[in-house]
Amino acid sequence: MIAKRVTFKRTGLPLALLAPQLAVTVVFFLWPTFVALKQSLYSSDAFGLREVFSGLANYRALLLHGNYPATLERSAFFAGSVTAISLVLGLVLAVMADSLGRSGRIWQALLVWPYALAPAVAGVLWAYMFDPAIGPITHALAFIGIDWNHVLNSGQAMTLIVMSAAMKQVAYNFLFYLAALQAIPKSLMEAAALDAAGPVRRLFSLIIPLIAPTTLFLLVVDLTYAFFDTFGLIDSTTYGGPGNSTTIMVYQVYKDGFIDQRFGPAAAQSMMLLLLVGALTMVQFTLVERRIDY
Amino acid sequence: MFNRMKILLAGAAMALVATNVQAAPIKIQWWHAMNGVLGTDVDKLAHDFNASQTKYEIDPVFKGTYPQILTGAIAAFRAHQQPAIIQVFEVGTATMMAAKGAVYPVYQLMKDTGQAFDPKSYLQAVTSYYSDANGNMLSMPFNSSTPVTYINKTLFKKAGLDPSKTPTTWPEVEADAKKLRAAGVACGFTTAWPSWVLVENFNAIHNLPLGTMDNGFGGLGTRLDFNNPLELRMWTDLAKWEKTKIYDYGGRADTAYAKFASGQCGIMMESSASRASVLASKIDFGMGPLPYWPDVKGAPLNSIIGGATLWVLKGVPKEQYKGVAAFFAYLSQPKVQAWWHQNTGYLPITTAAYDLSKSEGYYAKNPGADVAIKQMTRGTPTANSRGLRFGSFVQIRDIIEGNLEQVVAGKKTPKQGLDDAVTQGNALLAQFQSANQ
Repeated sequence: MIAKRVTFKRTGLPLALLAPQLAVTVVFFLWPTFVALKQSLYSSDAFGLREVFSGLANYRALLLHGNYPATLERSAFFAGSVTAISLVLGLVLAVMADSLGRSGRIWQALLVWPYALAPAVAGVLWAYMFDPAIGPITHALAFIGIDWNHVLNSGQAMTLIVMSAAMKQVAYNFLFYLAALQAIPKSLMEAAALDAAGPVRRLFSLIIPLIAPTTLFLLVVDLTYAFFDTFGLIDSTTYGGPGNSTTIMVYQVYKDGFIDQRFGPAAAQSMMLLLLVGALTMVQFTLVERRIDY
Repeated sequence: MFNRMKILLAGAAMALVATNVQAAPIKIQWWHAMNGVLGTDVDKLAHDFNASQTKYEIDPVFKGTYPQILTGAIAAFRAHQQPAIIQVFEVGTATMMAAKGAVYPVYQLMKDTGQAFDPKSYLQAVTSYYSDANGNMLSMPFNSSTPVTYINKTLFKKAGLDPSKTPTTWPEVEADAKKLRAAGVACGFTTAWPSWVLVENFNAIHNLPLGTMDNGFGGLGTRLDFNNPLELRMWTDLAKWEKTKIYDYGGRADTAYAKFASGQCGIMMESSASRASVLASKIDFGMGPLPYWPDVKGAPLNSIIGGATLWVLKGVPKEQYKGVAAFFAYLSQPKVQAWWHQNTGYLPITTAAYDLSKSEGYYAKNPGADVAIKQMTRGTPTANSRGLRFGSFVQIRDIIEGNLEQVVAGKKTPKQGLDDAVTQGNALLAQFQSANQ
């Protein structure tokens, strides 16, 4: 067997072609990560007038801090819930819109809207709708006997931020799932229908395995979103409270780093977050990908 | 020929002089956090100062929220692009003070630039928060307020209470709130800024410390110790009252304001600077000082302030500092101060501005507008009521409020909550100390 290979004669051209992409990666991803890693090993005042190398002191303080395991657990619960809800709802909505055929277009357009909303704006809207004093939804809930007060009820506070974070991601997932569904050959579905497989059977035996690559991709994106991109939302709805019940890792980083100017501890936490999400992504790719046929 | 040369030279010299005279004014950047109507007021201050002389031009730039300004200024300082003046909230004072190489203390600036400056003309209760242990002013007070009590007169009448009497002690608050509840009002009282009102000011007016070493004025080794019997009694009562909605916890920052503005709570403790919003809400309201426990000796003492001051940063071109000093002197003029005070509802920073407002009949025309200043200036400030100087205090507030939430929700005992707040806050203070020493 003859291997078909196209090679460049010199290394200059391929390097030049790669350079823009490499430059972007280095400047916007690798360099900041390196700076954060360095900062996590230093103790400094806010203005950076005195920077003292402190080794792993920031990490030690973090891990010995009584609240950290609870924060980890809370972040995992939050990210897991957001991802699960937005994947399932995204798929259900996509299947429904797909089955509508041409008239599904309108729903398609409407369902994408939430994705265009900035997290802080979405947060303010949710905070208003569920405001314990003046929220319209709070009043509606009171009618059916639910006393909504997320400033004191930690379960309700968590529900609120999970809902508002998932809302945005449902739109994103919907879009990708719809594209995946439309890529499934019609003949395949018709053949299954002829073999007397009902809609539910077709969904579980045919559609879900066929769109598994999309699911893996969305799983990674959703988890990353929930772990990294949600501090604006929390800052405009619950401020991490009541108690610490909605303070997830990235919100703690935001508070330590940007409100309190404690850059060393904040950098240490963001390194931990990076490691965690990096590890999760690796696990997903190695374990899950094995079971997917592209 | 020679003559012509002379004329040319003279002309050139004249041109030089002329350009000198018309030299563009020295621009001075001022980063602030005031938007909306307050932003317009800030622009007017700068504009009026610029029109009053030709040498300097103050350039006010809105830079977002208080934390954003601080973070932005620090980033700018690290990149040597800092503005001359930044507005920093009161809880950022310790951070600024610890940055000795970055800030130019105001008293030093006034001395170095030869600007006439009399520290005694300022209201002690305002400036003491921003002075060092020797009483030297470090930053220029700009917008200051203090928490006071607001009542809803319509609800008071409904409950058969005297609407001209705001409750001034905690037993009175409890009694009034009970009557409000009995009359079907959804909640008796609530507080905005829970830590500021129920812990920081609570301890100050009862002459109790929030932390050791004169509330942090004495040095970085300060630690919190507000888990005292009186605070415990307060938290115990709050937890008890929450069950029957005599008190209703309304959330962090000023989210509790909505409970009062929507007519759900009859009494609210809130910043004196909120008077304008309450006016706009069309609620028939009354104002009074913060409540205290009458069985505590020496209470009530002066309350402490919140708000922000103007800090001068080091490292901008030297010629700007004279302009900064001139601008601060301008801001301190009685007329300018009185205008700012009456227009925004913030406290005046000089005695002269207060007297001017009095003589103009401002307080007679605006009942309630002098509650804050009277509360600020009563008694002689002690080490416990002078102000606070704790690092990481924004987060310590979060810790205090987080624990209060758990106590009020019945998840922690009042003692546990208070002790946890002190322990967790002290962990941050220890980190702040080691990072700044």
